[in-house]
Amino acid sequence: MADMAVANVATFDAEAAGARRRWVAGRVVIYAILVLFSLVYLMPLVVVILNSFRDLPEINHNGLIAWPRSFSFDSWFQAWGSYCVGGTCQGVKGNFFNSLAMTIPATIISTALGAINGYILSKWKFKGSDILFGCMMLGVFIPGQLALMPWAYLLGKIHLTNSVYGLILIHCVQGVSFTTLFCRNFYVNIPDDLIKAARIDGAGFWRILWKIILPISPPILIVTVIWQFTGIWNEFLFGVIFTSGTQQPITAALVALGSGGLTVHAYNVASAAVLIGALPPLLVYFLGGKYFVRGLTQGAIK
Amino acid sequence: MSSLTIRNIFKNFGTVEVLKGIDIEAKTGEFVALVGPSGCGKSTLLAMIAGLESVSRGEIYIGDRLVNSVAPKDRDIAMVFQSYALYPTMTVRENMLFGMQSRGVPKAEQVAAIERVSSFLQIQALLNRKPGQLSGGQRQRVAMGRALVRDPQLFLFDEPLSNLDAKLRVEMRTEIKKLHSRVGKTTVYVTHDQVEAMTLASRIAVMHQGSVQQFDEPQTVYDRPANMFVAGFMGSPAMNFIPADLVADGNKTAVSFKAADGSMVKLALYNGAGDKAPGRRVILGIRPEHLFRFNDDLKAQKPGIATLTAPVELVEPTGAETMAVMRVGDLEVLGRFDPDGAPRTGENITLGVDMAHACIFDPETQRLI
Repeated sequence: MADMAVANVATFDAEAAGARRRWVAGRVVIYAILVLFSLVYLMPLVVVILNSFRDLPEINHNGLIAWPRSFSFDSWFQAWGSYCVGGTCQGVKGNFFNSLAMTIPATIISTALGAINGYILSKWKFKGSDILFGCMMLGVFIPGQLALMPWAYLLGKIHLTNSVYGLILIHCVQGVSFTTLFCRNFYVNIPDDLIKAARIDGAGFWRILWKIILPISPPILIVTVIWQFTGIWNEFLFGVIFTSGTQQPITAALVALGSGGLTVHAYNVASAAVLIGALPPLLVYFLGGKYFVRGLTQGAIK
Repeated sequence: MSSLTIRNIFKNFGTVEVLKGIDIEAKTGEFVALVGPSGCGKSTLLAMIAGLESVSRGEIYIGDRLVNSVAPKDRDIAMVFQSYALYPTMTVRENMLFGMQSRGVPKAEQVAAIERVSSFLQIQALLNRKPGQLSGGQRQRVAMGRALVRDPQLFLFDEPLSNLDAKLRVEMRTEIKKLHSRVGKTTVYVTHDQVEAMTLASRIAVMHQGSVQQFDEPQTVYDRPANMFVAGFMGSPAMNFIPADLVADGNKTAVSFKAADGSMVKLALYNGAGDKAPGRRVILGIRPEHLFRFNDDLKAQKPGIATLTAPVELVEPTGAETMAVMRVGDLEVLGRFDPDGAPRTGENITLGVDMAHACIFDPETQRLI
């Protein structure tokens, strides 16, 4: 016993100590690089946040990238309610609510459609359903710009130009490929025996969806909702092209605000408006981010 | 009276014919096992009985009712799946209630059925748990409970024990047997495990490549297999097959084949007559347990004993019995011996072959002669 204790204390393993030193050195290098890159990425955000609290004269005097010497919430109030964008002086408030009125229904509708599509394409396959799914997946790869002309034609025909409803329609259709892909790939991993058991138990198409499939679905529905919400909220091409003035979503209004030709560039107001526009998707990520990662990585129930 | 009649059933998937004219019937209260290797069509047949797969050709009757185009829920059946297929977000109670709610069974009856079945299966303590909180055996029990609350005309089991470990499988097998004897419902049970089929069923349908090879009582299937496939599939270790010639041996017929040392062996048939005329090629089928170490007592006990000498190449003791691989001609023959007096490797053993239990097959049709 005593011999063993002595041996334990006495041995110094040069090899092990060397390995340990190299490991620590490696970690230091890795973390230094990571910290450097995160600073590079955070820099623009920090500048925008700081500028939103600075006075305009001070910005003009000290430059865009400088430590703040003044502090006020003024530009936030202006950006929200009184700044003049494209002829009207009501800030981006109206556009913010336009975006909500567009994003919330479009997210709900496209997610619901995706869930039903995915359920059918995985659990109620019919002749040609795989081909149909393949065709729907084209929508994932075709860029939205290609659809601009057809949408212009269609919205004109059904009199939904310059309207939030038109944008809701566009985002539902443009988004359904993604939501279908997400849901279908999730449902495909649910054992078919569950559906068979439910059919023998006397449940039909909708009852199985409602009572069995949807209760298992939260992981993928959260992913889909986050994806759709941020995607639709941040999209501005359709907004810029098909709406103007008071009908514009906030992303389009920000473009207008940034390019307001006649007035002096109000960097502080623009910064505040950009942050207002970025808040909802950020909020969604903060609330659902952990589910997002979990939902993307986890398979279905076993 | 039959509670399940299957007449000349065919099933095609595209151009592939997976079932080729199946005829099976189960009398009321009977336990029928469909057994066969994977891909033989047994699960497809069960799905067709359940109404989960369409019928390409033929007729299925449950009771007196033709059910070919009746929806699964209206067939008055209950099914237990290999994966249990318990609804993962519902508690055990909700799992059992789901079917009754779907069918609009009155509340009072629902409560009574849950009460009856959960005490019957002793799962009262589990009623408020979710399937994820149950062990394999408990899930199995709940899956049976979900089937039992229906009180159906026909029970269908699709390899219900395959996901359990060996020990639990034997326990649950006994449990299913008890369950059937108490409930007394007609049952169709799909399995690839011939032991399960033998122990549980009152009749076994052995399936291979989309058709029924033999449909009979377990002991008959074991003792008088209709062909070499059934003979090889049922029983473990499998039956030994030895190509041989039928020859005259005094006033009897015997099978003749080469022993390991090249000399010809003659084993007199115990009841050789009819088709078993001398002068044709046959295949002798003999099960491992019908080979013995020869002695005079054996001859007195078993009337059909014939002898042959074979060198022992390998011995595998399993405790309860000892397996020995012996050489006969170019073939290896497996014998199952009592550990007392088991062969030793290298020994040249004199085997007593119980010809009363031997099977003779036609080498071309592979059928039992």
